[in-house]
Amino acid sequence: MSGHDSKYFSTTKKGEIPELKEELNSQYKDKRKDAVKKVIAAMTVGKDVSSLFTDVVNCMQTENLELKKLVYLYLINYAKSQPDLAILAVNTFVKDSQDPNPLIRALAVRTMGCIRVDKITEYLCDPLQRCLKLVEDRGFLEALKDLISDNNPMVVANAVAALAEIQDNSIHPIFEITSHTLSKLLTALNECTEWGQVFILDSLSRYKAADAREAENIVERVTPRLQHANCAVVLSAVKIILLQMELITSTDVVRNLCKKMAPPLVTLLSAEPEIQYVALRNINLIVQKRPTILAHEIKVFFCKYNDPIYVKMEKLEIMIKLASDRNIDQVLLEFKEYATEVDVDFVRKAVRAIGRCAIKLERAAERCISVLLELIKIKVNYVVQEAIIVIKDIFRRYPNTYESIIATLCESLDTLDEPEAKASMIWIIGEYAERIDNADELLESFLETFPEEPALVQLQLLTATVKLFLKKPTEGPQQMIQAVLNNATVETDNPDLRDRAYIYWRLLSTDPEAAKDVVLAEKPVISDDANQLDSSLLDELLANISTLSSVYHKPPEAFVSRVKAAPKVDDEEFAETGYSESPSQGVDGASPSSSAGTSSHVPAKQPAVASPAAPAPMPDLLGDLMGMDNAIVPVDEPAASTGPPLPVLLPSTTGQGLQISAQLARRDGQIFYDISFENGTQGVLDGFMIQFNKNTFGSSGATWDLSQDTSTYGYVPERFPWCTKLTTSDLEISTDDNEFTKEYPSSVISSIDVTIERLAASNVFFIAKRKNANMDVLYMSAKMPRGIPFLIELTGAVGVPGVKCAVKTPNKEMVPLFFEAMEALIK
Amino acid sequence: MAGAVSALFLLDIKGRVLVWRDYRGDVSALQAERFFTKLLDKEVFKHYFEELEEESLRDNFVVVYELLDEMMDFGYPQYTEAKILSEFIKTDAYRMEVSQRPPMAVTNAVSWRSEGIRYKKNEVFLDVVESVNILVNSNGQIVRSDVVGALKMRTYLSGMPECKLGLNDRVLLEAQGRATKGKAIDLDDIKFHQCVRLARFENDRTISFIPPDGSFDLMTYRLSTQVKPLIWVEAQIEKHSRSRIELMVKARSQFKERSTATNVEIEVPVPLDATNPNIRTSMGSASYAPERDAMVWKVKSFPGGKEYMCRAEFSLPSITAEEAVPEKKAPIRVKFEIPYFTVSGIQVRYLKIIEKSGYQALPWVRYITMAGEYELRLI
Repeated sequence: MSGHDSKYFSTTKKGEIPELKEELNSQYKDKRKDAVKKVIAAMTVGKDVSSLFTDVVNCMQTENLELKKLVYLYLINYAKSQPDLAILAVNTFVKDSQDPNPLIRALAVRTMGCIRVDKITEYLCDPLQRCLKLVEDRGFLEALKDLISDNNPMVVANAVAALAEIQDNSIHPIFEITSHTLSKLLTALNECTEWGQVFILDSLSRYKAADAREAENIVERVTPRLQHANCAVVLSAVKIILLQMELITSTDVVRNLCKKMAPPLVTLLSAEPEIQYVALRNINLIVQKRPTILAHEIKVFFCKYNDPIYVKMEKLEIMIKLASDRNIDQVLLEFKEYATEVDVDFVRKAVRAIGRCAIKLERAAERCISVLLELIKIKVNYVVQEAIIVIKDIFRRYPNTYESIIATLCESLDTLDEPEAKASMIWIIGEYAERIDNADELLESFLETFPEEPALVQLQLLTATVKLFLKKPTEGPQQMIQAVLNNATVETDNPDLRDRAYIYWRLLSTDPEAAKDVVLAEKPVISDDANQLDSSLLDELLANISTLSSVYHKPPEAFVSRVKAAPKVDDEEFAETGYSESPSQGVDGASPSSSAGTSSHVPAKQPAVASPAAPAPMPDLLGDLMGMDNAIVPVDEPAASTGPPLPVLLPSTTGQGLQISAQLARRDGQIFYDISFENGTQGVLDGFMIQFNKNTFGSSGATWDLSQDTSTYGYVPERFPWCTKLTTSDLEISTDDNEFTKEYPSSVISSIDVTIERLAASNVFFIAKRKNANMDVLYMSAKMPRGIPFLIELTGAVGVPGVKCAVKTPNKEMVPLFFEAMEALIK
Repeated sequence: MAGAVSALFLLDIKGRVLVWRDYRGDVSALQAERFFTKLLDKEVFKHYFEELEEESLRDNFVVVYELLDEMMDFGYPQYTEAKILSEFIKTDAYRMEVSQRPPMAVTNAVSWRSEGIRYKKNEVFLDVVESVNILVNSNGQIVRSDVVGALKMRTYLSGMPECKLGLNDRVLLEAQGRATKGKAIDLDDIKFHQCVRLARFENDRTISFIPPDGSFDLMTYRLSTQVKPLIWVEAQIEKHSRSRIELMVKARSQFKERSTATNVEIEVPVPLDATNPNIRTSMGSASYAPERDAMVWKVKSFPGGKEYMCRAEFSLPSITAEEAVPEKKAPIRVKFEIPYFTVSGIQVRYLKIIEKSGYQALPWVRYITMAGEYELRLI
């Protein structure tokens, strides 16, 4: 207890940053160190101290290891926002990575690895090679693979972790365990640290054994890990055993393994509540797959008084899954005990659990019901309501068996105030109307408040009244049904209710016998499948035991928000997508669309390539070939902010906070793609890449790597213009091409020759003309980039508003744009 | 998704960040939990700061960052042996020696022990601590019971000692073909410290290891055999209309007379609104603990085969709410310690210590039984 560094947290004077700056540049070592500590303290509490970057980096050249570590810590945090300055630190890194002290060497290499700036990574390769004594030119993957065979188990374990991680982010098979590496890994397992064992076990779980014998062999080597004190090791071992068990055919072996796995799983429950919870969620999965493992251990899932509520709920779930004819008495006693506790949610779940056991175990149903009745007699309101809900399910499951208890249920009719309980009770009354003497009175008491009831209750009331009427077609029910049908059709706004009421009405009025067949039909049997996972999902989750996904019971893709680092597009792919016909490629090789694969660091940094040559006097469809290079218009151009909001393509709810709206637009004869990125989260989103695939606009498969924070882009739409190009005619349009027409009611052709000339200036070429009655018909042709031909027919009378334009083209998605262009040309 | 920790936050009671390290994007739950307990409760931080408090973290935030640096790399936990860590990360990092470099142990196969440790007197202390968990139903049935035991070791040994531990484990004794003289016990589940060679244990049930220096939990075990409740408590609660409540508590020790339970504490729940306690006991002292809504009866020394009584009377308010809220049904809870005694009957038969230099080491063994989750539900 020597440090008294807490004082660094408590300086909140004005002008802190300049003050710190001064101290950082102090000539005294101690003062500098203090200052760096202050900076780190400020960083920790969330202040932005990135402006001190240069000053802090200056302190890096020091012999003091502690100071060095702090500076590195700072670097890791801010290098991303100051990539250019971070390079200043590289020299020191390189020097440090050759330091005689291994601690400093490791620190330097590790820190460089943590800084996610491309340029640093380049520098990292050399020192890494030096440190690892690697000769191969950047063959890190190979090197990592070699490291698996290293003598040092710590090295093996970390190499495995690294490879597994690379594999996760890659589409290509990089790390495949062969039978050779398998035995290496199994040997290393005995020697490395506990965390290393977890890495190895996790990657082993991806290995698919060739046959039952190999699977048995793996399992045999892994089983001792069940005895490890670290529960992460235990669960990883359980995962492998469960996966390999699929292949093992010998029932003896399987039974033996099940026996071996039970005690370690049970022991996990004597750990801290947090670990218990994780264990319980995993056990929940295991029980669904192999109920036999814990079949005899149900007692350990009995709740203790002091268990946190989340542990109790999970235990209850597992108890239901493990309940069987053999242990049901004991389990029911427990449930009854829980149902008299104070926590409402827990009590409800306990009551529901009794019902689910009744549905699951036919022979125990009667005992379950008697427990429920005992609970109803306690007259605790929410217990009664919950009990009625589950009794309804029990009636569904075992029709015509337990009606004797209805009388007891009816006693608590008045206390019901929750919709679900009410609806359940009404369902019961309707279903057994013929056995309840005063069924009509009971229903009538509900009818008074019909308009105020929630939809759930209204629907049940409607159905129950119809049932009552069909079963007892006397005068009382007749009046009731009139009132209900009236209420449910004329008085309601709920379409579900209205539809159902009309169907009943029509059925009853046309054919009461048919109505009977429909309404009183035998219902399909229900089963207790609540909270049962779908088997393919279950298998996926089992393969992820001991990760968050097995706790959430969701596959990893469902919640890991980090987009996989976009795989660097392979050269070949680029060559394929790159659009190289454009002459501009040769001229402007540095343009982002170039196929060289340099993911250009975009708008902010790239000097905006001049936007297309001076606008032509008339709206020019021809634009300029220079426009092909996806020139980036400066972000602050005024035209950007106006205009209606863009249509949302990716709402923030599905995009994990990122909302993308985009639209194709045409401005000053240019085609723009307006994209707006909106960050709805508090945090910073990064690591974006935009890729335009090959498309009709001639924009090649360019990629933009928006590695800057999206937050800085805010609402400003990005615009990527293309020019459109119409060249010489191409008459080989086949007859089955689509034809489209559009009227321009306000356009006027003042003179045919002027029109032809004007169009020709925009590379729409004249072919022929004819007269049809008083109308002039012009035939023209045009060709868009990427060789898309257009045949155009313009029809109109000179001097009279109203021009009709018909177009034939194989690419119909270009047609709207074309029409828009044409409108501008002939206005 | 491989198991890696994405970030680590240490917050103060108001949720403000004290110390944080961000590693990446995804997290393995169990590893993180386990890492946390390693980090906070038991090992590393305790070792460094004795008491883990907000103040101690603030005071040492630089060291904390250093520790985090070494213990976790890109979200992968690496190295959590406090003893070895403290060899190269000193609390008073100010006075730094030139020769600060990681000890060899960090990358050795025996990563938990450094070489060259020397003691004048070579000693090993072994504590066998068992805790009894029991849950008794309101009608006196034992719903569940188990025993969780731990072998806690403190080693003061020179060099790289090879240890071999012998227990009266039935599986082992039968495998060796020995007549089961005395009692042999069945252990349901055994968990070992990472120093124990698990593969060897799997083969022939020998517990062999090179121990870390200092104190550690060598193994924990669990038995789910039915245990007779060591201390049986019966409580009769009589509610006289709405004015007062009478408690009569009987406690009986059900173990051999030569053992004695110490620090017995029996907690009997009473209604939330009880007042005016009037308590008499035949042994020990009892008092009303309103903060726990219970009467706590303490008996310093409780020999085996004895029975003690405690009577209490509380006043209740005569007015109650119209809508009766169901009363909290807390169980009776019991705490005690019984030294020189184990419920399971586990015995350390031998602890062999072999080191190249051939010194003689003295093993000391102690046994103790404690109450764990010891609950008796009221009617």
